[in-house]
Amino acid sequence: MTKDIKTKTRREFMKTAAAGSVVAATGIAGFPHIAKAAAPVKIGVIHPVTGWAQYSGSQCRFGAMTALEEINAAGGIKSLNGAKLEALLGDAQSKPEVGAAEVDKMNEAGVSSIMGAYASNICLATTQAAAKYGIPHVVDVGVSDKIVSRGLTNTFRFKPGFGTYTKVGIETFIAINRAAGSPTKRIALVHENTTGFGAGMAKLVTEGLKPEGIEVVEVLAHPTPNKDFRNIALKLKEVDPDVIIPSHYYSDGVLFLRTLMRQKFRPKAIYSILGGASSQYRFVKEFPEAAKYVLDCTDWVDPKKQSAIDLRKKTEAAGKHFNYEVFLGYLAMQFTAASIEQAGSTDHEKITEAMATSTWDGHHMPYGPTKMVNGQNQGAQPVGTQILNNEIEVISPKEFATAKAVFPRPS
Amino acid sequence: MSTRSLFIIWGLLLLSFILMPLFITSNRWIGFLEMTFFVAVMGQSWNILGGYGGQYSFGHALFFGTAAYIQAIMQQKFGWSPWIAMWFAVAGTVLVASFVGYLSFRYGLKGSYFALITLAFAEAFHVLARSLDSITEGGRGIQLLLNQDPDKAISAFQFNFAGPFLSSYGFYYTILIAMVLVFAVTWLVEHSRFGAQLVAVRENEEAAEALGINTFRTKMGAILLSAAITSFAGIYYVQKYLFVEPGIAYGLSKSVEALFAPIIGGLGTVIGPLLGSFFIHGVGEITKDFIGHYVGDRPGVDLILFGVILLLVLAHMPRGLAGLLSDVWKRVAGGRNA
Amino acid sequence: MEFLGITLNFYSWQTIFGSAISGVFLGSIYALVALGLTLIYGVLHIINFAHGALLMLSMYAVFFLWHIFGIDPYVALLIVVPGGYIFGYGLQRSIIGKISHGRDEIVLLVTLGVSIVIENVSLFSFSATERSVRVPYDLDGIDLGVTYVVYPELAALGASLLITLLLWLFIDKTDTGKAIRAVAKERQGAQLMGINVEHIFAVSFGIGTACVAAAACLLVPTYPVHPQIGYLFVLIAFTVVVLGGMGSFIGALVGGFLIGITEQLGRLFLGESLGVITISVIFILVLLFRPTGLFGQRLS
Repeated sequence: MTKDIKTKTRREFMKTAAAGSVVAATGIAGFPHIAKAAAPVKIGVIHPVTGWAQYSGSQCRFGAMTALEEINAAGGIKSLNGAKLEALLGDAQSKPEVGAAEVDKMNEAGVSSIMGAYASNICLATTQAAAKYGIPHVVDVGVSDKIVSRGLTNTFRFKPGFGTYTKVGIETFIAINRAAGSPTKRIALVHENTTGFGAGMAKLVTEGLKPEGIEVVEVLAHPTPNKDFRNIALKLKEVDPDVIIPSHYYSDGVLFLRTLMRQKFRPKAIYSILGGASSQYRFVKEFPEAAKYVLDCTDWVDPKKQSAIDLRKKTEAAGKHFNYEVFLGYLAMQFTAASIEQAGSTDHEKITEAMATSTWDGHHMPYGPTKMVNGQNQGAQPVGTQILNNEIEVISPKEFATAKAVFPRPS
Repeated sequence: MSTRSLFIIWGLLLLSFILMPLFITSNRWIGFLEMTFFVAVMGQSWNILGGYGGQYSFGHALFFGTAAYIQAIMQQKFGWSPWIAMWFAVAGTVLVASFVGYLSFRYGLKGSYFALITLAFAEAFHVLARSLDSITEGGRGIQLLLNQDPDKAISAFQFNFAGPFLSSYGFYYTILIAMVLVFAVTWLVEHSRFGAQLVAVRENEEAAEALGINTFRTKMGAILLSAAITSFAGIYYVQKYLFVEPGIAYGLSKSVEALFAPIIGGLGTVIGPLLGSFFIHGVGEITKDFIGHYVGDRPGVDLILFGVILLLVLAHMPRGLAGLLSDVWKRVAGGRNA
Repeated sequence: MEFLGITLNFYSWQTIFGSAISGVFLGSIYALVALGLTLIYGVLHIINFAHGALLMLSMYAVFFLWHIFGIDPYVALLIVVPGGYIFGYGLQRSIIGKISHGRDEIVLLVTLGVSIVIENVSLFSFSATERSVRVPYDLDGIDLGVTYVVYPELAALGASLLITLLLWLFIDKTDTGKAIRAVAKERQGAQLMGINVEHIFAVSFGIGTACVAAAACLLVPTYPVHPQIGYLFVLIAFTVVVLGGMGSFIGALVGGFLIGITEQLGRLFLGESLGVITISVIFILVLLFRPTGLFGQRLS
């Protein structure tokens, strides 16, 4: 499925080539050299835009395409004489094998790089298929640690991996808790059961909080999408933790927090780690009372960078929600383009080399310096957010914060 | 159609599949054929129980998933060779099938009731796979170690990083061999006494019973054979994609894939599942490219078209594509004789 | 207490009681979705795989009525229920019935095909974005001591009882109802008596769709609307129909409650993850030992 984006027509090509050769012939020094138009650089963009993950897949795709259009408008890949990026869109249909088949197609179409595919299980299949052809593959969202631990040299993930969210989540919570005089003694975890993220997180959280004298008194795994949280609400009421740590998807998060409101259970805080709804504007807009004061440790943009603010405006103007899928898809495309720029070539190996040694900092994420180890960007980090005054504020780390955390929740 | 002309057609088909890599070097189209053969194998297994036996299962994912999990667990947790693990995968799946079959047939479940109980069992195993963390790693799924050493490709039964021939065609020939075996078995069944008994049970179970056929044994035979064949598909999937998780293994989509191909292609015929699979995947490819070209980025359109085509096939081709082809052949052959 | 990786949890009696009560309310939602399904099965003898898609479509209708015209979901019942009837009647008469030609095995697949088309038309038209409806009384309710119950949940319970009653009265007391019972019992005989079977099929399908449209109005204050929302309830609806008895309205109601309570208690003791297996277990046990269901297989 080819989507032509801003390819120069033959006539324009001839015109500029002729002009360029005239300039070169006259050899006028100091005059700007008019570049010869270069063939477009093909990027494979694979997402589940049908099937169970269709919403998230389309949001990622939107982010990626927005980045691509901006890069082309700004002059394309300058080290390739202004070659424009051309996206080949693939639908993984929420199935790993279909995603892998799309990679085969894209290889034949001559893509220089691939990005995608939102869900971890699809990413596992697409990165593996791309590895067969040596095509570099940037993973946009997939959080599973399995993605970067198979020894595949073509796979890169610019955003954080599973362990980082938990580590930063624990550290941030400890800091917030201490700043409030350590009122927390008992914590309950509520997580979805499809990614294994929750189960692994539960173990790390229990160990990480023990030195603070905090006990994890209940771990509640649930299916997703979960149609009912009343049981969980009842169990939580009985166990009565000070803080609840949810980790699940958007619709789970919404139903869970609304159920807690309906059951009139208000813990000292809702502190999420990848809490789904906890850092989404649509939740804030639609259910403001349930959203108030909810904390999250999640992917977020640097709120002080103008380009991030612009992206949010652009997304909302397009009638879409500005959530993590959008800016992570955007980020993956940007990183791809920056690496091609650095490599100055469409050769798979050169691009892979560029990605592996990248120190790119032209992004608007709150990350440290870029450094790829085994395909994982060590500089990537989540941040702490909180919903305050119907806005999602960054409360940690300090250099990116726009507000101070309110903890515990005022009565 | 005479048996001789039938054999000639099958022979030509087989020859063209074996020689396909000479004509098609595109990985994408080899992959297309792999997918088509894979669904044909699953469809044929469903066909034995549903097409020939008349017992429509809506939970064939149960067999696919069980085989896939056993294959994955044996390799990942016990470090066994995939060539040994596969026998356990087949055996384990047949065991599960005997359990489900015994209950269903001993209690006389037929028609929609049988369909629903297979659905229920598939869903029950789905929940178990997700919840029994210690055995199946729950939602995380089981990821097999990727073999990147070409010398070990065959012993590891992985062809992603193998010699030049195996990398491109290893899985193609694997699924082709599986398909040939499975289709041969089906042909033998169709021409055996067991097959005749199976069809008799499908047409009228009481009459078959009255004729002295042990309908319970016949149906059990069908479900066990069906499960054994489906397990090949599960084993193949694990070796090719190296990953299994509850949704992939026991989700509804595999059950639906298994039944669509034989129904469209022609129930109770050997070639039906292959025709159906080609049709489904061919239409899928065309609608994806065609739609992608004209509509651009609007997901869902290709599936709408697919659904409509499906309904049209159901409306106008009651005996599936095989029935259509056989009608066409009769007319052509009859016309010649006239 | 642990066994093979399965943990058995214990909670206070208040929590258990509260869980059972929540099971009743959850069950009323299952009953609402199952009522239409059981009528369609009872009369047409088909398992309607398009039921989930019809539920989803109705939920979109309720959403848009609220979003564009500001109509409260419960008021929307007056529009969506008749609309659902017309849509269902047309669907059965012009598509499902026509394509099936009366071949029962094919009907299953036709409804499957229809559900694929409806689901993807919705995806294409409305995109995958989840929509939520916000009613002002969303958080108000009554305190039962062991648990709180909000008005939308009470409304769903009330509606399930009311609709069961209405359906029973309709089938039992009206002429059309008698015709439906005749066709359900003996299709060919009814035809010989001069009953237009095609029309009765379509009427039944229409009423079934109207029921699911009503269910949609009661679900929307709590659940989000998106093209895949149907899957959440439909598999359980099948279980309820089989448990209650195909064609029995009181069966759908009681079945719904039983499954709701068993599921909630199962999830309480076995964990939210494993607990849902109780539904499959009940399904299997009923199919094996009492396939006609609690209230038998008749239109009552």
